[in-house]
Amino acid sequence: MNINLTILGQAIAFFIFVVFCMKLIWPPVIAAMQERQKKIADGLAASDRAARDLELAQDKAAQELREAKQQAAGLIEQANRRAAQIVEASKDDARKEGQKLIEQARAEIEQERNQTREALRAEVAVIAIAGAEKILEASVDASKHNEMLEKLAAEL
Amino acid sequence: MAGTTSEYIQHHLQNLTYGQLPADSVRPDGTVLSEATWTIAQTSGEATQMGFWAIHVDSMAWAIGLGAIFLFLFRLVAKRATSGVPGGLQNFVEIMVGFVDNSVKETFHGKSDVIAPLALTIFCWVFLMNLMDLIPVDFIPHLFTLAGFPYMKIVPTTDINVALGMALSVFALILVYSIKIKGVGGFVGELTMHPFSSDNIALKVLLIPINLLLEGVSLLAKPVSLALRLFGNMYAGELIFILIALLPFWAQWALSVPWAIFHILIITLQAFIFMILTIVYLSMAHEDNH
Repeated sequence: MNINLTILGQAIAFFIFVVFCMKLIWPPVIAAMQERQKKIADGLAASDRAARDLELAQDKAAQELREAKQQAAGLIEQANRRAAQIVEASKDDARKEGQKLIEQARAEIEQERNQTREALRAEVAVIAIAGAEKILEASVDASKHNEMLEKLAAEL
Repeated sequence: MAGTTSEYIQHHLQNLTYGQLPADSVRPDGTVLSEATWTIAQTSGEATQMGFWAIHVDSMAWAIGLGAIFLFLFRLVAKRATSGVPGGLQNFVEIMVGFVDNSVKETFHGKSDVIAPLALTIFCWVFLMNLMDLIPVDFIPHLFTLAGFPYMKIVPTTDINVALGMALSVFALILVYSIKIKGVGGFVGELTMHPFSSDNIALKVLLIPINLLLEGVSLLAKPVSLALRLFGNMYAGELIFILIALLPFWAQWALSVPWAIFHILIITLQAFIFMILTIVYLSMAHEDNH
């Protein structure tokens, strides 16, 4: 176990190795590691952000859904009201139309009755005159008895 | 197994040493050198004779080879590093880098581009060098013996020179940063004005040697403890593996397997401690709170 030049040789080798390691090994490896660390940190931050965005989007979707439902409910109510109005209006129209028809029919009936009455009256006058003639066996002077006949006809 | 038990153990604990033998040395084969010669030591005695100006070829080769494997693997990933989905190897490298980066951030609060790569290099390199301890003690040395090498020690961290070389490099960094951050005056002040201080000038001057002794010892203890802790743990572990290898071959597994499993913890822990203490020492050098 002799102390000799090996000390110096070892020290020189040590120095060269350390310089080599310092210049050519440590910087690239540590740079790659730090870069990866940064990438991972960025990735984690991005995923956090995405999760937050998703939550926001979900909130927004829920809100829009709620609004759409409200809008739809409003529309349905409006439609119902309108339908009721329309039904009501049609009922009114129908009633008026019916009334009109009835009145028209009445007027026609009245008119026909009057016509019939006039016809009957004329006929009754004729029949009455014929009957009177038969009874009197003489002709009735129409012109003479016209006034009386007309009075009679009016009474019928 | 050649020779006696103690020869076997000594053989395993001897590094392959290349150095200069003085003139008139007698080689093991009986030849006498006429002049000082650069050669590989054939015995422990020759290795000792070579003195300081020799080098442990095996320690250096394995240490540099393992360091190169570490750098090659990590460079491979660094070149193709992607911030997308990482592949298997990149995953592993990133775990190591992330682990070291965390350790540095927990302990060191200043800003430095050197400390983190330094800590990564220390951890991976020391771990790989310690890992060689788990290879059965005779496999690779025996192959090298067959190839003609007298000695081969494959665990660089069981060589005090390797541990001390790294610890002294860290010590040099401690000194450099202390002076860089605090200035020469600040650093000297730190060594001489603490822990004992006084408002009285005379007393203050009187306390300087005491402070210097205390702080100097604690400063010098840093590299020594750093080196000896790693070396001691690995050397002891290796020695126990060698002792286990002395048992009959059919009984070795009963001890070597539990020890190897326990040793997995030791080699990781020692690499980790070396790295953490380096970070702590350097962060202390960066702190300017005196």
